Amino acid sequence: MKIGYYPGCALHGSSNDYDQSLRACLGALDVQLEEIKDWICCGATAAHSLNHELSLALPARNLALAERDGHQQLFAPCPLCSMQLLNVKKAAADEKIRRDLSEIIEADLRGDADVLNIMQLFERIGLGRLKSAVKNPLDSLTAACYYGCLLTRPPDVVHFDDFEQPTSMEAVVGALGAKTVEWNYKTECCGAGMTMASEEIVLDLSQKILSNAAEHGANGLVVACPMCHVNLDMKQAAIERRYGKKLGLVVYYLSDLIGLALGLSAEQLGINRHFVTKA
Amino acid sequence: MDVTPSQLMRLVQLGQTKTALRSQAIWECVSCQTCSARCPKEVDCAGVMDALRESSLANGMVAPSRQPVVSFQKAFLANIRRNGRLNEIELIGQFKTDVFFRTGRLAFLFKDASLAPQLSKRKKLHLVSEKARDLGIVRRIFARCSGQTGK
Repeated sequence: MKIGYYPGCALHGSSNDYDQSLRACLGALDVQLEEIKDWICCGATAAHSLNHELSLALPARNLALAERDGHQQLFAPCPLCSMQLLNVKKAAADEKIRRDLSEIIEADLRGDADVLNIMQLFERIGLGRLKSAVKNPLDSLTAACYYGCLLTRPPDVVHFDDFEQPTSMEAVVGALGAKTVEWNYKTECCGAGMTMASEEIVLDLSQKILSNAAEHGANGLVVACPMCHVNLDMKQAAIERRYGKKLGLVVYYLSDLIGLALGLSAEQLGINRHFVTKA
Repeated sequence: MDVTPSQLMRLVQLGQTKTALRSQAIWECVSCQTCSARCPKEVDCAGVMDALRESSLANGMVAPSRQPVVSFQKAFLANIRRNGRLNEIELIGQFKTDVFFRTGRLAFLFKDASLAPQLSKRKKLHLVSEKARDLGIVRRIFARCSGQTGK
């Protein structure tokens, strides 16, 4: 199976452990990622906060490049990139906007490629197939599945799962033999891109997420978003210092867990490059 | 937040836009989309927040205490315009320098510096960052998008 791949800046930058994890895990499942040639940044929060037109044009360029390369399916693991691409698709349903955007980006935007998040990709691969490929069931893991904001919101853009009580990640993690907990913060925000500019917001929100997961008996968190990973993993030591509590929760990308269950090592998946590692 | 999201929507409805544009809240919003998803009247509150931010910046009405958020986002867009893809070190450098010159807070310049060796040890720090090959198209897209920072 071949699939178009939009890694986005984070996965080529400080979240390159996520890219490593995905490539290792998907390689083991015989899925080839074909990176969109000459992709550009989607503009992220900065574009949609400061320049609406730009927040459509930048991802539109990427979607058009993917379509030009003949990709019917485009995998965008970062939920913000993914949401921005889906937002373009929604906007491009209006013929005038589609034509205007095509002119701005100097490429023909059709807006008909499917944009997939990480759960949708594994759903396409098939949970049955995943289950039968498990070599090492993850029976020592009790996971809190953390969706964050943009996998399920805004619902009229992303059209994925239930935006209040999603369960698709639990289905994948459960197929790997791990236990999952019921908890309260699975769709709350971690503070996202405020890490640099308003750190106190991030520490407060992320602390609540980590604490709630621990209180419900989780010994690890599963995320799909590179920014959530930064805030919950890299910032965890700062959170422990600020709030005077020990958390010690390993934060896995969903692909880490799939890879481990398939028999790959922590080193192959880049789990050894996280900040919080198993004691 | 000095003004809640629902109050912001009311301010806009009542024509008290200036109060909304000067609020700190629009820059504390983390764009989590919860307000839009839950609004019983189906108001796209997060979309309104975006519009308020764009307008607040365009009209020079950013709450002074929230200037760092604006500095960060402007530096982010300038970075994309230059490189096509985000160069993290350059972004952090530009953001920190900007806040330092605005506030004179030396401590801010070196805050988080201890993270650098830790990121480097984990091969998460890229001193030489990649760029998009076709930077011309990136600049032209920015030039055609008329917002404040597109120029």
